[in-house]
Amino acid sequence: MSIQVEDPRLVEFDVRTDEMLVNMGPQHPSTHGVLRLLLRTDGEIVHEVTPHLGYLHRCAEKIGENLAPPQWIPYTDRMDYLAGMNMNLGFSLAVEKLIGMEVPEKAMTLRVIIAELGRIASHLVAMGTYGLDLGTFSPFLYAFREREIILDLFEEACGARLTYSYLTIGGATHDLPNQVELPPGLASVTKRNPREKMRWVDALLTFLEWIEPRIKEYHTLLTRNSIFIKRTAGLGIMSDEMAMDYGCTGPVLRGSGVDYDLRRDGEPIYTRMYEGYNFDVPVAPFPNAAPPEAVLGDNWCRFFVRMMEVVQSISLIRQGIEKYDSAEGEYRVPYKMSTKLPKDECYLETECPRGAMGFYVVGNGNAEPFRARAKSSSFCNLAVTAPLCEGFLLADIPAIVGSLDVVMGEIDR
Amino acid sequence: MTVEEIHQLLIEEFGEDKITGINTEAIDAWIEVAADAIVEVSNFLKHDERLKFEHLNNLCGADYCEPDLKKQKKFDHEPHVEVVYHLSSYSLKHRCVVKVKLPRWQDDTEGEIPEMPSVAAVWRAADWHERECYDLVGVRFTEHPNLRRILCPEDWVGHALRKDYEFPLEYHGIRGK
Repeated sequence: MSIQVEDPRLVEFDVRTDEMLVNMGPQHPSTHGVLRLLLRTDGEIVHEVTPHLGYLHRCAEKIGENLAPPQWIPYTDRMDYLAGMNMNLGFSLAVEKLIGMEVPEKAMTLRVIIAELGRIASHLVAMGTYGLDLGTFSPFLYAFREREIILDLFEEACGARLTYSYLTIGGATHDLPNQVELPPGLASVTKRNPREKMRWVDALLTFLEWIEPRIKEYHTLLTRNSIFIKRTAGLGIMSDEMAMDYGCTGPVLRGSGVDYDLRRDGEPIYTRMYEGYNFDVPVAPFPNAAPPEAVLGDNWCRFFVRMMEVVQSISLIRQGIEKYDSAEGEYRVPYKMSTKLPKDECYLETECPRGAMGFYVVGNGNAEPFRARAKSSSFCNLAVTAPLCEGFLLADIPAIVGSLDVVMGEIDR
Repeated sequence: MTVEEIHQLLIEEFGEDKITGINTEAIDAWIEVAADAIVEVSNFLKHDERLKFEHLNNLCGADYCEPDLKKQKKFDHEPHVEVVYHLSSYSLKHRCVVKVKLPRWQDDTEGEIPEMPSVAAVWRAADWHERECYDLVGVRFTEHPNLRRILCPEDWVGHALRKDYEFPLEYHGIRGK
């Protein structure tokens, strides 16, 4: 019996050696959670990217229609679980806007301190995991050492370390504690007695004093590291027009050179919180800091915007602590679970670490909202992956997706 | 620019049969637009020098319906589906809300979801948002480049944010409810 040799051209067509479909995720470590990217590749070059989402979908919006707003707060911090405080704040403000509630000055100051501390904690993860994506492990360890102290401080304030539900409608659930022990992580790095008792804000000040000089070290580790620059600068370039068209927000938008920050340009109910504070909005390009290879709107710019925001947040927290003692009013206005929401609707966006997080709440005369919609910033930021990655090498995909800093819990909701 | 001024501009440009209403009493005042005019109105909103709404903040649907017979008396909306567009401008720093009202079912046939044109060609941000709206609220956007479910699996039945949605009893051998 003779073996019939098929036409080699046909064989090649059948097994498609020219193009390959590669599945990246949902278990791939550098897709930041359960994101699945379907890549059509020619050798090392990616021709087409199709993101598949929904692995964490639990239809939180439907749940929101059946719960009174304070009961839905714990669902919001499970969306962007790396910045739970900021998510709680966003939804609380949206409900306050709907019912026309005024929050006392003390509660607003407390919210600024907590939200900015949450931003630092979130950007630390963004920095650390971005290093992991690019194959360097040490920044991740340092980032988590710092984040651990912030989580300890949050734990002292509200009892939770990840899903806080601390900022709630009308203010916060508790006031900042008067006497706490120095967090063990902070005691060990500052070589102080871990049993030392102090006010919560003093422990926070000790932490800020310690972390501020560390930022220079992260820049040495990553920002000015030549391998890091080679992997990020000039890659994943997004023009400002494209960023606006795709609805990108937050550091991704500012990395493309659009000067827009909701803390400054948002709606009055939100910007009122930041009145009297001095802060800059870091926007790319950075002519004094950027390496010559960096281009406006590339991975490096997006990363650097986050690093600069940490500096601003530290200054904002310091200003907040100064105001906190003399701030008037209580740390909250009580909100009754049975409060009837008016027959009206409102939409409010707040500046979360990952971008503009919007909540659309429709009331119908019941305690439960008629429609509770969470517009996720990562959702829009992720939509841009496909056009950004096309034409790049397979190894650049984690560098580009990582620079967008998405959290799947928020996208899938 | 205030919502009233934007409304006046739109009326001058498109006439009252396409710009069907305005509500200034709501916390975020909104303008109602006829479904078949949404693409031209969106293009005008985005490109006109006086408006420049470059950013589509949010696009979502809401199902106005009360399936519970006991509560129906208190419910003062005609049953309908709304698609809401929240827009803002980076350069002019103003905001606007646009609404489109649709019937709950196309041609009153239960199960046939309503249709309206897609604005994905105007703001590319609308692409995924419309897919989500189709997936969860059940609105078919015609001329959308890729209208597939985005959060639920592609063989999922029903649209979860409809008020009369019934949770499936079984999905691929997994028991529900």
